[in-house]
Amino acid sequence: MLLSGNPPRGKLLTALIVLIVAALAFAPFILQGSKPLNVAATICVFALLVASYDVLLGYAGIVSFAHTMFFGIGAYGVAIALYGLGPSWTSILIGLLAALLVAGVLALAIGLFSLRVQTIFFAMVTLAVASAFAVGASQLSWLTGGEDGRTFSTPALLRPGYRLVENGPFGVEINGRTLTYYLVFFGVVFLFLLLLRIVESPFGRVLQAIRENPFRSEALGYRIVVHRTAAVVIGALFAACAGALNAIWLRYTGPDTTLSFSIMLDILVMVVIGGMGTLYGAIVGAAVFVVAQNYLQALMGVAFKAINAAGLPFLAGFFNPDRWLLWLGLLFILSVYFFPTGIVGKLRAETK
Amino acid sequence: MSAAESQTLDAGAALPQQKTDYVPILLPFALALVAYPFVGSFSTWLTLTLAGLAMGMMIFAMASGLTLVFGLMDVMNFGHGAFISVGAYLAMVAIAPMAGYAHTDALGPGLLALLPAIALAMIGSAAAGYVFERVLVRPVYGQHLKQILITMGGLIVTEQVLYAAFGPQINPLPRPEALHGSIDFAGAAIEKYRLFVVIVGLVVFALLQFLLTQTKIGLLIRAGVENKEMVEALGYRIRRLFVGVFMAGSALAGLGGLLWAFNQEQAHASMGGEMMVLTFIVIIIGGLGSVGGCFIGAVLVALLNNYTAFLLPKAALVSTILLMVVVLLWRPRGLYAVTSR
Repeated sequence: MLLSGNPPRGKLLTALIVLIVAALAFAPFILQGSKPLNVAATICVFALLVASYDVLLGYAGIVSFAHTMFFGIGAYGVAIALYGLGPSWTSILIGLLAALLVAGVLALAIGLFSLRVQTIFFAMVTLAVASAFAVGASQLSWLTGGEDGRTFSTPALLRPGYRLVENGPFGVEINGRTLTYYLVFFGVVFLFLLLLRIVESPFGRVLQAIRENPFRSEALGYRIVVHRTAAVVIGALFAACAGALNAIWLRYTGPDTTLSFSIMLDILVMVVIGGMGTLYGAIVGAAVFVVAQNYLQALMGVAFKAINAAGLPFLAGFFNPDRWLLWLGLLFILSVYFFPTGIVGKLRAETK
Repeated sequence: MSAAESQTLDAGAALPQQKTDYVPILLPFALALVAYPFVGSFSTWLTLTLAGLAMGMMIFAMASGLTLVFGLMDVMNFGHGAFISVGAYLAMVAIAPMAGYAHTDALGPGLLALLPAIALAMIGSAAAGYVFERVLVRPVYGQHLKQILITMGGLIVTEQVLYAAFGPQINPLPRPEALHGSIDFAGAAIEKYRLFVVIVGLVVFALLQFLLTQTKIGLLIRAGVENKEMVEALGYRIRRLFVGVFMAGSALAGLGGLLWAFNQEQAHASMGGEMMVLTFIVIIIGGLGSVGGCFIGAVLVALLNNYTAFLLPKAALVSTILLMVVVLLWRPRGLYAVTSR
């Protein structure tokens, strides 16, 4: 019921998903300190963001490079509202609604304009529009705070200073930060289940049909442009929601955390490594990627020092923690080649 | 057979030709004219126009390979920007030993200093293009989705390899002394380097046009863009042709990267990705697969970019996107629609 008749399928995969979700659900009680909790919240936000991207890439077969733009619109909407109207729940709501409106209209315009022809055309147009948007956002500094972004405070209930229970379960204090985490977590869970519902609906089936054979689907009477555009709009709205949650969690919105192209690349890597066209891949991909990003770099740092000490500075350059995108890129290429179905596809095949 | 018919079938008669479409060619001139009253002073307008032309030539060099590769094989290389960066870095490597020539004021040695840089940048990026085609593009022919993802991955990896090899800093890349400074013309300062770039760009365009319209290889390429299967059916190995075009396109991107790097007087691996956006807009405006359209598109985009950067500095990139929208509303498949796709 809750999963819309689309369980993860496969014992190993189910176990993995349950493990990740359980770990995220109890994160504030298992993990101590602010960094691990930050990692958990990032996984939640990206799971939703990547899932919304998967509707485009995996289900509709559309490559978009503007997903961070919609993510950014959500984040900036909430940020500008909280900054301008003061920290209250109404401003969050106003910001979110405004962001959804902007994201929806923009997605509709881009979709209707450029989805008539090939998907490749759409990829190029979105790349251009997204980079123009990123430049624009950093230039309109009276509105967006420019390169510095906007730091703002959230409603009192969500501030770290707010204490609900001094000595909660496991002796952990439940404060505003914990509440914010659960707002993010349950928001993501709700929206993820909604996405699952959407892709399992007849609409989702038509999307898949169009992906597999556009010509035939059109012959059956489905309007390709309408369905593809609808997929783009849905993806944009959910991405904006993810952006809003991200802004509430970080209490900051700036170009680097929302609009930069490297985040777009992160999304691509997550969706491919996790498994395209499954939605569950988003959870796995986001978890693996964010954990790797936060802890693998430390490992590379160790290797970097070791090789440097061995007197091979040129080789060491490749292991510099800053070069971690190199290895990620290689991993990305290899996974597109050798397991296009990603971790989820592999695990499903194992247990079949 | 009537007399009129036999006349048209006369072997000596010229082949029926498609009418040349002149309207797009007039666009850059129209744009320059329209911009004039807004800019106001003649000298500023001339400087801006020359800057726009120079930038257009550089974008054309970067984008021409991309549009041909797409037209010929339906391959959209999202990693094309990598060759731009490779060209810029190789220029940096090759210019270093020529420092003696580069520091003199005379034009001859100054240009001589650039020669090895140009050669290395073009050969190096052609080689990079070969590897790219073999390793990344070949296994995913006909699969657009994978193509986009894989070539994007290739761009990231190349960028990171350049960072690892040359360091993450922005590398200063001074032009040869002879190409510094400007000439005074009708009260306007004409930068020597921009003049040089315009000449190089025109030479490249002329060579490319000659190759495409006057040689057999060019004929095959144009035929392949229009109908690949038919060329194959006639017994030509279009794959080999494609590899050649891919390498030539990469070499041109490398040249564009070199010109751009000297223009900015710095080399950085993020350049390629940044310029990619403009090259995409340009080839969409020009019509995917059309070299002539790409040239006009590049000049249009660059001119508009320079005028708006002067008039409304914040609207430069947005204006190019508006230009794309307007052009596509007028001609949905770009200025010159050469492919049937």
